Amino acid sequence: MASYILMAVGAIGIGIGFASMPGSVEEAKAMVASHDDGHGSSHGEEASHDDAASDHEVAATHGDKAEAHGEDHSASHDKHVYNQLSNRPWSALYVAAFFFMMIALGVLAFYAIQRAAQAGWSPLLFRVMEGITSYLIPGGIIVLIILLCSTVLHLNHLFPWMDAETVAHDKLLQGKAGYLNGTFFMIRAVIFLGGWILYRQFSRKFSLAQDEAGDNSNFKKNFRISAAFLVFYLISESMMSWDWIMSVDPHWFSTLFGWYVFASMFVSGITVIAIITIYLKSKGYLEEVNDSHIHDLAKFMFGISIFWTYLWFSQFMLIWYSNIPEEVTYYVQRIADYKLPFFGMVAMNFVFPLLLLMNSDYKRINWFVIMAGIVILFGHYIDIFNMIMPATVGDQWYIGIPEIGSILFFAGLFIFCVFRSLTTAPLQPKRNPFIDESRHFHY
Amino acid sequence: MASKVIQAYYTDDDVLMHAVKKVKAAKHHIEEVYCPFPVHGLDKAMGLAPTRIAITSFMYGCVGLTVAIVMMNYIMISDWPQDIGGKPSFSYIENMPAFVPIMFELTVFFAAHLMVITFYLRSRLWPFKNAENPDPRTTDDHFVMEIEVHGNESELKDLLLDTGAVEINVSEKNSH
Repeated sequence: MASYILMAVGAIGIGIGFASMPGSVEEAKAMVASHDDGHGSSHGEEASHDDAASDHEVAATHGDKAEAHGEDHSASHDKHVYNQLSNRPWSALYVAAFFFMMIALGVLAFYAIQRAAQAGWSPLLFRVMEGITSYLIPGGIIVLIILLCSTVLHLNHLFPWMDAETVAHDKLLQGKAGYLNGTFFMIRAVIFLGGWILYRQFSRKFSLAQDEAGDNSNFKKNFRISAAFLVFYLISESMMSWDWIMSVDPHWFSTLFGWYVFASMFVSGITVIAIITIYLKSKGYLEEVNDSHIHDLAKFMFGISIFWTYLWFSQFMLIWYSNIPEEVTYYVQRIADYKLPFFGMVAMNFVFPLLLLMNSDYKRINWFVIMAGIVILFGHYIDIFNMIMPATVGDQWYIGIPEIGSILFFAGLFIFCVFRSLTTAPLQPKRNPFIDESRHFHY
Repeated sequence: MASKVIQAYYTDDDVLMHAVKKVKAAKHHIEEVYCPFPVHGLDKAMGLAPTRIAITSFMYGCVGLTVAIVMMNYIMISDWPQDIGGKPSFSYIENMPAFVPIMFELTVFFAAHLMVITFYLRSRLWPFKNAENPDPRTTDDHFVMEIEVHGNESELKDLLLDTGAVEINVSEKNSH
């Protein structure tokens, strides 16, 4: 029920976001001007306008008028701001859609690892994980549709390399065109999503069949496809992160970006498993799940949060230290225009989980895990926000109605799909060979 | 001070666990249990207080972090500032990202090493120390449960034999 309300409110929010998209360059100019009047320098608008020059350098990736900005700076700037403002509802939609799809995908990877490792502690949680991964189908297809809107239909400018005119003026993008072109991009996207959904459906089928089976053949099949999936996943996830996230900044590159996105989705996914497990347990389902299961999930939340920080910092420090112009613009822009979300996210994703979940006893206190989990989830939403927004909307960002509306809409859809899928099968696997070990799991 | 202890020998960890629970249920104080390998859940069954080594580990980590910060500030900023890669080191905070690996490593180093040393001291282990276990067989395939005797020797013996002990000794022991 709550999920319908969330979806409705979210849909209205998205609608407002698109409705308030500026219709022309003049309107965009007016919007920025009124924004300046309203908030003044308290918002740091002046400061970021001073950065406009450096911003334009970055925006060469993005802007259509990299050459033009010498001759007629203000006109090109207005055009640029117009593009950014019209990108905002699309970006808000895309960030939220990707974030929730990423949760389902992270859970799928976690689930496949449990299957491939033949873990003894987790089979009690398999149905919860399968429920969450069910969102991958609608969520993935929505992301695919958004990508389709930008490649084939050209409805937005999220990905500058999709704009033929930009590429024509850009040597670097011409060099990358063999990989970064609309057709190949969509083919890759379909292959990635198809592979993930295929594994998810087969694994779910075998998992349910195992309940009624007389032997363990379904369990073994699941083991084999899970191992194969993990190989496919590690390659496809990495390429997906280049395609769907890194290519919004097509001049910039980072070799560990795939891992970084993986850490983000993995920790968000595990957090959601923990939250939904605790919720179901509080409602009287999942009686056999004990504090040790929650403790293990919280250990993963803690550990992967630190792993995320490690990757975030590795990427940041190398680029900061070497100070190469084509790399460092990425962080220059984030620190200049996105100071609060950029550093706030490190606090939320590292300092909070570190301090809240360090104590072994706190990992067993359910409401503590929930609180830490909520902070982690918001932190990783902002993480994705920081990956997409600087390239698409630049300094015109704000977490307002389009962003919150998109989050609410996808949260509603997510909750609806996950809980509908949870009701379709008994919450406790019956004939998993490790179910007895999982039931007696204690540390 | 010398005291009289009774030592019950077991050959199986499951039997031992049941015996420990039974002896605790009969309200006897178990002095010590010697095992050839760690037995899962034995500390809880014996009613030992939970370990506080995690707290010391956290404090050692904080010490390590502080040492790293002070050390890097002295070496790289105040004593001998250098210009590395176009980043002159005149301010700790501006050069901080470069010091993070060192801060991390020293935190881990201090926490790990000092925690091990604390554990050794707390367990009274040092080089050339004589072994405390009463019987060399506890390093092979026997478990020994040690209970102090307070004039209830025969009653204890019956109880222990009942729990599946394979051998029972009574001996004088010098407590440390």
